[in-house]
Amino acid sequence: MKIAVCIKQVPASTDVKVDPVTGVLIRSGTNNKMNPYDLYAVETALKIKAMIPNTKVYAISMGPAQAKTILNEALWMGCDEAILLSDRKFAGADVLATSQALSQGLLYIGGLDLIICGKQTIDGDTAQVGPEIAELLAYPHATYVNEIISVNEKTLEVSTNYENHHEILAISLPCLITVEKDIYTPRLPSYKRGLDFKDYEIEVISLKDLPDNDEHKYGLNGSPTQVEKIFSPDKNDKKEVVEGSILHVVDTLFNELKTKKYI
Amino acid sequence: MAYKKIDNHDLKYFKEVLSDDLVLINEQISEEYGKDELGTIEAMPEVVLQVTSTNEIAQIMKYAYQETIPVVVRGAGTGLVGGCVPIEGGIILDTSKMNKILELDESNLTLTVEPGVLLMDIAEYVETKGYFYAPDPGEKSATIGGNISTNAGGMRAVKYGVTRDWVRALEVVLPNGEVINLGEKVVKDSSGYSLKHLLIGSEGTLGIITKAVLKLAALPKHSISLLVPFANIEMAIRAVTKIVNTEIIPTAIEFFERETIAFAETYLGKRFPDTTHDAYILLSFDGNTKTQVEHDYQEIANLCLKELNALDVFIVDTDERKDSVWKARGAFLEAIKASTSLIDECDVVVPRDKIAEFILFTHEIAENLKIRIPSFGHAGDGNLHIYVCKDDLDSKTWEEKLVKAFTLLYNKAQELNGLVSGEHGIGYAKKDFLRNHLGNTQIDLMRGIKKVFDEKNILNPGKVI
Repeated sequence: MKIAVCIKQVPASTDVKVDPVTGVLIRSGTNNKMNPYDLYAVETALKIKAMIPNTKVYAISMGPAQAKTILNEALWMGCDEAILLSDRKFAGADVLATSQALSQGLLYIGGLDLIICGKQTIDGDTAQVGPEIAELLAYPHATYVNEIISVNEKTLEVSTNYENHHEILAISLPCLITVEKDIYTPRLPSYKRGLDFKDYEIEVISLKDLPDNDEHKYGLNGSPTQVEKIFSPDKNDKKEVVEGSILHVVDTLFNELKTKKYI
Repeated sequence: MAYKKIDNHDLKYFKEVLSDDLVLINEQISEEYGKDELGTIEAMPEVVLQVTSTNEIAQIMKYAYQETIPVVVRGAGTGLVGGCVPIEGGIILDTSKMNKILELDESNLTLTVEPGVLLMDIAEYVETKGYFYAPDPGEKSATIGGNISTNAGGMRAVKYGVTRDWVRALEVVLPNGEVINLGEKVVKDSSGYSLKHLLIGSEGTLGIITKAVLKLAALPKHSISLLVPFANIEMAIRAVTKIVNTEIIPTAIEFFERETIAFAETYLGKRFPDTTHDAYILLSFDGNTKTQVEHDYQEIANLCLKELNALDVFIVDTDERKDSVWKARGAFLEAIKASTSLIDECDVVVPRDKIAEFILFTHEIAENLKIRIPSFGHAGDGNLHIYVCKDDLDSKTWEEKLVKAFTLLYNKAQELNGLVSGEHGIGYAKKDFLRNHLGNTQIDLMRGIKKVFDEKNILNPGKVI
């Protein structure tokens, strides 16, 4: 079986800086990490690899050269190969152009039975890239998967978690799934495994390598949506202290939470 | 010493000093005030005074001294040896309302706090400002007053020392109500006997800490942890001895076994990232540059793999990963507690090269006495946390086995040139073991000191010595 996991490098802390002139996230510097949801995607792929003999797991990411760090991390966790899509012409991509580039990267790998994405990223938060890749590849897909029920060379049976209902789906391969957090506990990267990859070169592919290299479909050119403004949300550390008897405190807290519809 | 029982006249006085609602009697006193976190020793106070200032404490002590009423200071009650339990009744001085951070002195790198400030609040406050208070006991909801009173240690002791090393000065109310200041915001001090250091670790028997000036450092900018699995605990601990002999000083070196992880998983309802091995050590490294931290951890990782028979080395670098590993480590005590009906604990400290021997000895006792004794601890500093579990034993059998187990454990600690307590203190529960260990001369010296501070023996009577 051939599985690919799509991963993204995101800022390591919520304290991100926005360029005041361009309104774009400042991504330079070393304080980055793998999108936390993608860790679950990697783990899911590795769990399936353990179930099906002769399975190979590819990690793929789009980004600047520094995104190699998270691809290395995927290798150290247990992926077999890593590929970076990197080209200036990919820059400024929205959801559609990102999905276009990734789907082409996946075609470049070729012969995939299963593509796994995290349910969303913590910086973009759209949860749309996974499904759009599936549409572009004309693969069936399932989102918010929280359990792999069974898997064989032909079919994948999963449970999905929507807020008000669950779906149990059997999907023919090849297909794409996006996974929920806590589907499995992600394993830690192994330094020992890392030593085996010491001389491994991550393959970097650019627009010219893709099956469809019409540059109008990529980056800013291929993005029908434009971000108008990005800003850091206001920090709110307002505190309210309820004092008095235990009953009073509990009542007040309960009513407050109810009014604000937390319970 | 005959202590006076509290009467209406006394209550009237307390209500003159404190506002009425801060003087608790009878059913206003919740059960919690009669025990600590471990709960093996219980006694209720006659009155609880929720003090809010040094001045109030001074007035109360003056009165209590004059009337010979016993006084026990209580912070968050997270102790494990009955230190805050009022075994003679009398007054509980609850300092948890004295929870203000008073001053951050950025020129002298100190933080002045009231005794009821919680450890987690200190960490949050200083870290957002780029500073670092290094002592890191597992119980983050303990008060700083309690930490100073037991000379709490914690996980970063390997590199940064214990609470004692991070206290610059103390304001203390003596048993007779007099207020004194010990130490200053200075780095060196060769000015007579160090009363400050005598107060630190005295478990509320010599004076009441009403203010503390803590030392701060710059917050290390980078940190990383390694989770290193071994085939068995002996190999894990032997590796620690080798690691502490290198020129790299990890911030923390913890050890634990698969069984303890399983308890934490059940307790937290969360899976640990790796449970396939029998024994683990957890190391962390910190520093100001990424390059330095990477160099340090790689050096140790290579040593573990090449020479110490580690089965793997897992990297714990991001917030999520640190959370999944360190949260579990922080929950070990609670998790072991939740795994059984009753526990009692032993917090001995032995020379680092003797830890493996000691742990294997606990396994032997467990097997011989047919009793469960899980353990974990600070491998890097020789401080072990050993828990004897009651499980489904009846009370009589439990008591018998506990006494046997403890006697064997403490004797072994002495044989290996260790000490009775690494960081939890003596309190009420470990007094006999301390006396056996130190002998009469040292205990008599301690009693003499106690007498100088507290001639009427009203402050936390019946504790430590």
